[in-house]
This record gives sequence, structure tokens and C-alpha cells, in this order.
Amino acid sequence: MAFAGQACFARKTAMRTSTAATWSALENPQEFIARHIGLSQEDEAHMLSTIGEASRESLIAGIVPANIRRSAPMDLPPAIGEAAALTELRAMAAHNRVLKSFIGQGYYGTHTPGVILRNILENPAWYTAYTPYQAEISQGRMEALVNFQTMVCDLTAMPIANASMLDEATAAAEAMTLARRSVKVASNIFYVDDQVLPQTLAVIRTRAQPLGIEVRICEGPQALEGESFAVLLQYPGLDGVVRDDRQWIASYKGKGGAVIMAADLLALTLLKPPGEMGADIVVGSTQRFGMPMGAGGPHAAFLACRDEFKRSMPGRLVGVSVDVHGKPAYRLALQTREQHIRREKATSNICTAQVLPAVVASMYAVYHGPQGLTRIAQRIAAYTATLAAGLSSLGCAPLYDSAFDTLTVDTGSPAAARAVADKAVAAEANVRMLRGTCIGISLDETSTREDVQLLWGAFAKADQTLPQWDAVAQTPGSLIPAALRRASSFLTHPVFNSYHSETGMLRYIRRLSDKDLALDRSMIPLGSCTMKLNATSEMIPITWPEFAQVHPFAPADQLQGYAMLDEQLRAWLCQATGYAGISLQPNAGSQGEYAGLLVIRAYQAAHGQGHRNICLIPSSAHGTNPASAQMAGLDVVVTACDSHGNVDMDDLRKRCEQHSANLACVMITYPSTHGVFETQVKDLCALVHSHGGRVYVDGANMNALVGVAAPGEFGGDVSHLNLHKTFCIPHGGGGPGVGPVCVVEDLVPYLPGHISTGVGGTHIGSISAAPLGNAAVLPISWMYCRMMGEGGLRHATEAAILAANYISHRLHDHYPTLYASANGRVAHECILDLRPLKESSGVSAEDVAKR
Amino acid sequence: MSLLYTADHEWVSNDNGSAVVGITHHAQDALGDVVFVELPEVGKTFAQGEVTGVVESVKAAADVFMPVSGVIMEVNEALRDNPSLANTDPQGEGWFFKVRLSDPGQLTALMDEAAYQAMTA
Repeated sequence: MAFAGQACFARKTAMRTSTAATWSALENPQEFIARHIGLSQEDEAHMLSTIGEASRESLIAGIVPANIRRSAPMDLPPAIGEAAALTELRAMAAHNRVLKSFIGQGYYGTHTPGVILRNILENPAWYTAYTPYQAEISQGRMEALVNFQTMVCDLTAMPIANASMLDEATAAAEAMTLARRSVKVASNIFYVDDQVLPQTLAVIRTRAQPLGIEVRICEGPQALEGESFAVLLQYPGLDGVVRDDRQWIASYKGKGGAVIMAADLLALTLLKPPGEMGADIVVGSTQRFGMPMGAGGPHAAFLACRDEFKRSMPGRLVGVSVDVHGKPAYRLALQTREQHIRREKATSNICTAQVLPAVVASMYAVYHGPQGLTRIAQRIAAYTATLAAGLSSLGCAPLYDSAFDTLTVDTGSPAAARAVADKAVAAEANVRMLRGTCIGISLDETSTREDVQLLWGAFAKADQTLPQWDAVAQTPGSLIPAALRRASSFLTHPVFNSYHSETGMLRYIRRLSDKDLALDRSMIPLGSCTMKLNATSEMIPITWPEFAQVHPFAPADQLQGYAMLDEQLRAWLCQATGYAGISLQPNAGSQGEYAGLLVIRAYQAAHGQGHRNICLIPSSAHGTNPASAQMAGLDVVVTACDSHGNVDMDDLRKRCEQHSANLACVMITYPSTHGVFETQVKDLCALVHSHGGRVYVDGANMNALVGVAAPGEFGGDVSHLNLHKTFCIPHGGGGPGVGPVCVVEDLVPYLPGHISTGVGGTHIGSISAAPLGNAAVLPISWMYCRMMGEGGLRHATEAAILAANYISHRLHDHYPTLYASANGRVAHECILDLRPLKESSGVSAEDVAKR
Repeated sequence: MSLLYTADHEWVSNDNGSAVVGITHHAQDALGDVVFVELPEVGKTFAQGEVTGVVESVKAAADVFMPVSGVIMEVNEALRDNPSLANTDPQGEGWFFKVRLSDPGQLTALMDEAAYQAMTA
């Protein structure tokens, strides 16, 4: 608190007289704190006196229970200004090396069209919008999402698609459980083709284990042993092969199982689409539709399926309805599948998805149209065919005759493979090494003739002359098998055929964003997802090439900037939460929550307590809690809340005793979803621990805790953070999010691992496709912490609590606050009771909210 | 033939060892416009209290529980095609399924009209 006070004071002093200025006042390292918080010193004084408090300290002392207050301030580097923070981060970014990437494996170079980069990805009208719960302020975004769904349906030739998934790997895992729910085959066996991306397989293994699904690997189209409920194929395969599996698919489906295909959307402009090959579910990534690789994310994945599966499909769907005037209007559809309604019976725990990247991908399709996309794909396929011809002439023929963009060459020995990879790196390019002796090469939209020649050079022996371009590439061709060439049309809707001039595109993007409400025009006062300023300085670094244009599986020595960012941010977040270890891999809050529960289960299993399977959840909990518990293989037991909205301790005690032998954990949200600091939280944690259970503290409300109290200190064992709530990553209109999972000391060895950083150990496996999840947005939270420091972060918490209490107090006579602590105070949010108003006037909560 | 009721808002009409099952007026009123019903498979056996299917409205989804143990003999295909029958005539045209009872004694534990009315009042 002293920091911000000094900052304000210092500014005024500096303006009034130069003789009294100090160096600190002139250099003003706390410049950003006042810009972020917004309330002036005068505002604060007025608000404090209105609610009858002498100071922020006395307010906090009266609200946050004394027995959970932090033992010591967070140990963070002191705040620095915006320019200084950008300079420091740029120096860190310079430790990432931007090489041309031919690694592929789900991540490809792409040109983000400038008009989309500047007017969507870097435009607060798009990135600061909240999730589209209020249809009337989200029509623009929802039109873009309908375009996304249409694009996916058209390219995959499937009847229905959702409005994005977190990444291809989690989409494939969700497809697995969708198939499990939807087919009648009683088996628990799930086959994965050996051409499936390894990071996808890793996430599938993590997800399958708690659900009792047995994952088996199959080698191409062969007779499968035993009954299985579904099979996952990759199209084209990991090695680039384009296989015609139609007959095999038909015979597999004849036995009642479902066929899932993970497909490359750009390849589908040229390839026979999965829907025409018999696929039941199709998943994939839209990354190469204009979203930079960003060391693994954020990118929008997709999931499309047969119409019969639609009520079981995960994620959000946008549908076209009519408004009160009978005109077409967009809204979220089929929401009864979702966790806020179905709780532990929900089809998935996914809520935040990848709306901003999905909007970018859909606009990429709008911008290029079907002809433009086809031209890009044909160019890639032609370069690939040319590359293959040249490699063959060098004696390095690829393993397969068929390909779209990827070739695999067996060099014969690990040393030879290493030599090729080293030669490529020397020429500022990365290729993929696999299976010891093989080299994989993937071309993309950014590939050029020079790149093809560079790659020939990497394979050529010292005495070999490189092929002549004109000799191997007289006319552009492709290695796509004739039987698998696409004949059906796609993206025929006018929206994909109308905005191909930049003016047209610019105006279309502007027209849609004008229909939405985002933080650039107004506050969005929504509960636990309290919106924060997404400062421009925080956003700037995410499109720096050093962060945006690197591949997640590039050699570790090229990703040192990210390693430093990961390490520093984790250390700071440990300070903020009081925990001992953190993983930044979960790419949404729901994923962090799921990972946290798996960590608890893994620890208990390793300590002979694997039978513990009961998860206690108060009835007031967010629906994601029970949905995640179900996915982690836990049985949910709901505990009661008292009339004040607090956890009913008597009921909790009873449940703990009843389930003592099998109690795995309790999941609480603190402060509660009703906006109250419950005084008995420390007793609650002790009670659960006394029965051998662990305490999961949902971090949704960390906005009220940072700098004031730390879950890791007052009894929590695991929490997830929502960096998109508490640490300034924008909501993006419904994603991307980042959901780090934070744990106490004895759980650290069980945090998520990743295939790219080695297997083995006690970790729970992969939660996301990429090792750092949505890596490219992590600089936002780093910048926020660096510019705020300990004092600034704590001041932000105090300001939020002050503001909520001021609102509650000012409105009290007409709109009583429903839940408050014994002294009438609330946390950082309050629930206003509009029932009396409705009774007296007929005006409902909805009328007020939507006014 | 009078109807019997469960605390989960299903009704049962008993007819000599077989029974028709649906959701109550009160249930459909609480749910609002029903847009989808998932009906059980004919021939499948359920114990009392097991989930036989789902009823979804524009604002909620609810499980339909087996009020009495037995085998599904028939389901209301008309309801599948026109779920709003559960709103317009929940205790008539909007029935869900017919059951062959395996333990008719369970019926005695269900509520009669007056008891159900008292519970939902």
C-alpha cells in the first residue's frame, strides 16, 4: 500500500516543484501501478470514508480472517516501469532462437495476414471480450465462431462442429470419451494408430487411465485383436503418409466401434475429407490458419462429429436462433451438456476454449477463401513433391510414396541423422529427428524454393551436387494418391467468398467487433471471472518473433528464453500462492483443476492409498469442480451450505467421518463463490487432513487473495490459478486461458510431465499437447508481476475488495447484499438480492443486468 | 386406475404386473420447454433408482430414474419425435416407457396423489 501511495504523491510532488524531487520520484518505477488500478488516492479516501473505514489496512484486517493472513509479504522483485519491463523481457526473449521450422508434428509456419494481426490479434475490441454468455453483447464474436464451425464442417465434411477445443491432443482425448459415451460396444479398449502424433498419444494415456480405458497401439490398417470401442487415426500420418483406409474403416465400423480421425485442415482442401471416408468424429488443430506457433499455443483445435453424437459432444456450440423481433440472432446452443448444468454428469469439464485463436482461424479462411486456401495447399504439396524428387536423386528417397506436406527419410544411422539435423541448424533451420535414424521434414505456407534447396543441401553428401530445380520441378505436382483427391466443394457460403480485398476484410472485422462489448468500451462486472486491465505493454511481447515464431519441440538450447520465463513466473506465482511447486502446462483453468486432482490421486496411489476415491464438494461450487472430479475417476459427494452460503461445517464433518477411509479430497473455492471470506477455512482444512484427505482450493477467486493470504499457507494442498482472471491474460472472448496447477512440497514430484522433456518419474503425464501449454501468452502475466511488484499486486487486491464493499454499501438500501460476513463485509464481489425489487415492481435481475 | 409418485417426480400407473412411467406435471413445469428426451433401450433391465435416461429442457437437464425395478417393454416413440408432449400432456400422451415389474411390492412404498401434492406444495 505504501508503494502506490508514494507513487501518487511522488507524481504530484514532481509536478509542483522540481527542487523537492527525489530520484525515485523522477524515475517513478511504480508508474504502472497507478495506471493499472485506476482509483486515485482521493477516490480511495472517499470510498473508505463512505463505508466507515480509516484505511485499506483496517478494511482488510476486518475482512480477511486473522488466522489466514500471510506470514510475510511476497518476495518479488520491486516494480519497474513499462519501458524498463519491456527492455528486460526483450533481453530474455533474445535467448530464444528463431530458426526456420521444418519440424511439423502439429505445428507449422503460417503467415498471419496483417489485417487480421492488427485488427484482431492485437485489437482489444477482440481480445478483451468476455465469454459469450450474454448473447446480446457477443453477436460479432459469435458470427465469427459460426464461421469457424462452418469452416470445420465444410473441410472435414462432417455435419456438426463445436466452437473450438484447447489443443489437438485434448480434442482427441475428448473424442475418445465422446466415443465411449456414444457407442454400444461394451469394451474398454481404445486403439491408437502408430501414425498418431506422440503428444496426442501422451495426453490420451493421461486421460484414459482414471477412466479405466485401456489404450493399445495398432500399426496401420490391420485386424485388431479383441473388441474395442473406438480407434484413432491420423490423416495424414505422423510420417506424412496419406493412407486410404476406407475399406478398413467400413469393416471396423461394422463391428460397432467408432472411428476418430485427427486431420490437418489445410490438407483437407486437397484430400478426400474424413466425413467421406466414414469417420464418426474428426479432431485437429487450426494453428496453421494464421496463428503463430508460439512454442505450442494458444491455438484453436476443433472437434466435429456425426449428428447423432451432438448431445454428448464437449465444448461450446454457437447456434442461430431468433431475437425478440423475430430476426436471426446467434446464441450458445445445447448448453444442457455443460458442466454448469449437468455438474458431475457433464460430458466434459471444458469451459474456456480458444475463442480468440478460433476467430483468427475463421478470418484466415474468410480472407483467403476456398481458392486461396487451395492455392496455399497446392503450393505446399508441389514443393513437397519437388523436395521428394530431389532427395530421391540424392539417394535419400522418403519412406512413403504418398505425402501432402511431410516426408520422412531413413538416413540409416543415428550419426547420419544427427549430421543432417546439424547441417540444417547451421543453415538456420530445424528438422525433426525421430526413431534414432530418421529425419522428418514438414513444409508449410511460409516455405519457399530456397527452403527446398536448403533441405537438399542438408541431406547432400560432400561430393554430391544439388539437383537442378528445373530438372526435378518442371510442372508443379503432388504426392497425393489419385483415389484420395478431394472432389467435393467447400467454403461455398458467401462469407468465405466476399471479403478478399483488404478494405472489405477490414470493414467486416470492424463491423463484427462493433456488435460486441469488450473492456475497450465498458466494464464487464462478472463474478469470479472479474475482468482486469489487459495493459498494452503486457500484450506487446506476445507477437515478438522470439516468442511467437518458435516451435514447441525445437531443441532446448533454442528455447532458453522460454525456460527463463517459465522459471521466473513459476517462482513468482509460488510466492503469490504460498505453494512449493507449479506447472504452467494446463491451458485452461479446467485443465489445471483436472491436473491437480490427478496429482492428489497419483500421490495417494504411490503411498498405498489408491483406494481413496471420494471427493467432497460443497453445493455452492462451480460446476467445473464436479465435472473435473468425475474425469479424475473420483466419486463426488455433495456437502451442504448454510443459510449464509458458507460451507456447513457440521455436514462436512459428518461426511468426512462417513467417508474417512476413502476420502481423497475436498474441493473448496476461497473466498466462496458467494463472495465471502469464510472464517472457518483453516479448521476445514485441518478437518479434511485429519481424515487423510487433501484440500483443493479452487483459485478462481485469487483476485481477493494475492498479497493478503496464500492458500498454500492456510491449509490448501493444491490450487489452480486462472492467469486469465488474476494475472491479466485477456479473456479473448472465451479463451485462451492458462490454468497453472500449484502444489505443496510432497506433491511436487507428481506435477505434469511431457514427452519432450523426458518420460519416467512419478509425474502424472501430459495434460496439454505442448510442454508449456499456451506458452505464447505467458509474457502477459510476467509483465504484470514485473510492473506491479509486491506492493502493486497487494494494492490491486485491496482495491478490488474496497470497490466491492463500496458498491455493496452504496446500493444496500435498495439492493441488499445476499451474503456477507458477520460484520457485513464482502470479499471482492457481492451478490445483490433483487427479489424484493421483482416483487414490488416486476423488474427482474435479468432486466437490470441487461439494461 | 390411480397414479403413484416418486420423490424424483416420476409417476407410475400400475396395471397388473406392468407399469407405465412418465414425469409429473410439477416436473415439466419446473423444467420448462422440453426439447429432448433420451429413452432407455427396450429389453434392458433396471433396478429401482437407476438412471434410465435424460430429459432436457431449454434451461436444464435432468435424469429420469427407474421408479420400480423391471424390464423395459416399450418406449414412447412419439415422445422421442415430439418431446413437447412431456409439457402438453405429461401424464398422458407424454409417457416415457412401459416396464414389466420384477418386484411389484416396491409399489407400496410410492406416494399417492395426496402425498405427492403435499410434498410439492
